[in-house]
Amino acid sequence: MSEFPRIRRVGLSGLLVQFGSGMSEPANRAALAFRAAVEDQRWPDVRETSTSLVSTFVSADLAAIAPEALGEKLEALVATRDWFAAPLPAGRTLWEVPTLYGTDQAPQLDEAAEAAGVSPEQAITELSQARVRVLTIGFAPGQPYTGELPPHWDIPRQKTLSKSIPAGALVVAIRQLIVFTNATPTGWRHVGQTGFRTFRPTSDTPIVLSPGDEMSFPSVTAAEYAQIVARDASGAGGAQRTVLA
Amino acid sequence: MTTTLNVISCGPSVTVQDMGRPGFLAQGLTRGGAADTLALLEGAALLGQPATLGALEMVGMGGAFRASADMRIALTGAPMTATIDDATVIWNASHTLPKGAALKIGGARSGTYGYLHVGGGIDTPVMMGARGAHLSAGLGAALVAGDTLPIGRDSGSDTGMTLPVDDRFAGGAIRITTSMQTDEFDAETQARFTTTTFTRDPRANRMGVRMDHDGAPFMATNQLTILSDVIVPGDIQIAGDGAPFVLMCECQTTGGYPRIGTVLPCDMARVAQAAAGAALSFAIVDLDEARAIEHRAAAARKGISASIYPLVRDPHDIRDLAAYQLISGAVSATANPFDGTE
Repeated sequence: MSEFPRIRRVGLSGLLVQFGSGMSEPANRAALAFRAAVEDQRWPDVRETSTSLVSTFVSADLAAIAPEALGEKLEALVATRDWFAAPLPAGRTLWEVPTLYGTDQAPQLDEAAEAAGVSPEQAITELSQARVRVLTIGFAPGQPYTGELPPHWDIPRQKTLSKSIPAGALVVAIRQLIVFTNATPTGWRHVGQTGFRTFRPTSDTPIVLSPGDEMSFPSVTAAEYAQIVARDASGAGGAQRTVLA
Repeated sequence: MTTTLNVISCGPSVTVQDMGRPGFLAQGLTRGGAADTLALLEGAALLGQPATLGALEMVGMGGAFRASADMRIALTGAPMTATIDDATVIWNASHTLPKGAALKIGGARSGTYGYLHVGGGIDTPVMMGARGAHLSAGLGAALVAGDTLPIGRDSGSDTGMTLPVDDRFAGGAIRITTSMQTDEFDAETQARFTTTTFTRDPRANRMGVRMDHDGAPFMATNQLTILSDVIVPGDIQIAGDGAPFVLMCECQTTGGYPRIGTVLPCDMARVAQAAAGAALSFAIVDLDEARAIEHRAAAARKGISASIYPLVRDPHDIRDLAAYQLISGAVSATANPFDGTE
């Protein structure tokens, strides 16, 4: 009998339903589906919900409401189905983000390819054809952690951090791709550059991505990339958006 | 014409703050808002207006400001030196800032976060449901000299009010509750954590406050293998070098360092306000007690607006006028005249 899913109290800020102790596709899907189910309940005590890689956080004021009562409601909801077999939530979006791989815009493509045991050309082919899921959004507003790439992309983060990688950078490590929200020091390797802004504070939709969305990063030439950046004031970076059924 | 508060000069970390913006956790944005929300409630009580209005949060030091028209102000949070046209004004009180007069707010005498409230509130544009700057997210910006802040319409008229304030500006005993990863620390480590006296490190900001101590680092049993999971403000995260960080209002939404416990919401102002070098300790209270403490704190917050009283009483009500200090600068900013304690 598995010890997951299990429910943990998060201080007085809410309860956490964990679907695993490590990243896995079924546990990520379970967390997304469970969050959607909690949202559907429209429980008045619940302030908001979110997901991490393999858990669902249910925010509630545990001073104002009894933690046991919320825990029992969550347990009952957990028991309604096998969440690891749940389908992905409805209303997801596919984002195809034009990406300039390598060049001086993304100088760590070669070393990332070497770490993954493929040629730089093969790396571009694989990364530009991969269709990955937004596993979670965190660290910075709108910043997606996407995956999972094939097992040979389980490359470690660098021990020595890169000083600063720009906003819109496509970085890779541990079978995941991130598009950076803000310029940041990082151990992830910078393999591509996009004009896609994951956080657009002055827009009507400041954060366009949601956990469960899918992304791909088709390769464009330096000239095409320059044209996209020059034309685009919205922060969309030329991304194509498709609603998934 | 819109009434404005003009920034003549200001410290490096003065921002517009409010109660923050809930609802964006799933999208990677923490609530943010004032580091000391109690100070917002106090300012709102002094001006008789909602606590949801924007105010200026001043970290360590304030600035110099000038009003385009007469306006009401209130000063709360970490007590700072303050003058209007060189006359000292009392902290934890409301005052009139006359048109054209210079309001100068200097360094904090104790604590970290001081607040300047204005009648009608700071009326900068609402961004994602709130006005508060969230600098770590890239939302809003710190004020700079030359900024002009629009002020909302003030429906009140009273000034010269003050209120009793407990000293939450010098660190002290912080109450915490267990959380989802407390069990990752063995009993000996938990016991050592709650019997250690920490010093607030100079490295502290709205994202987190580092705690220093003498002795061995604190480590979870599986310090390096914990998967990234949700973070809430108040979480006490043990960083790679074994030093605790209390995560504050502007923290990230998820993280992979283990957390030994979570500060009770009502003690977060005390953690935020502790100045560099202040001594703090952490005591675990059980869940029932934690909830009872929060209930008492909520009741106390409800009582704030009823606790205000005039700075200077009507002379007819004062039997021995000579015994009263009427020169505002000589009155302690934190004393509660009703019980004689600070």
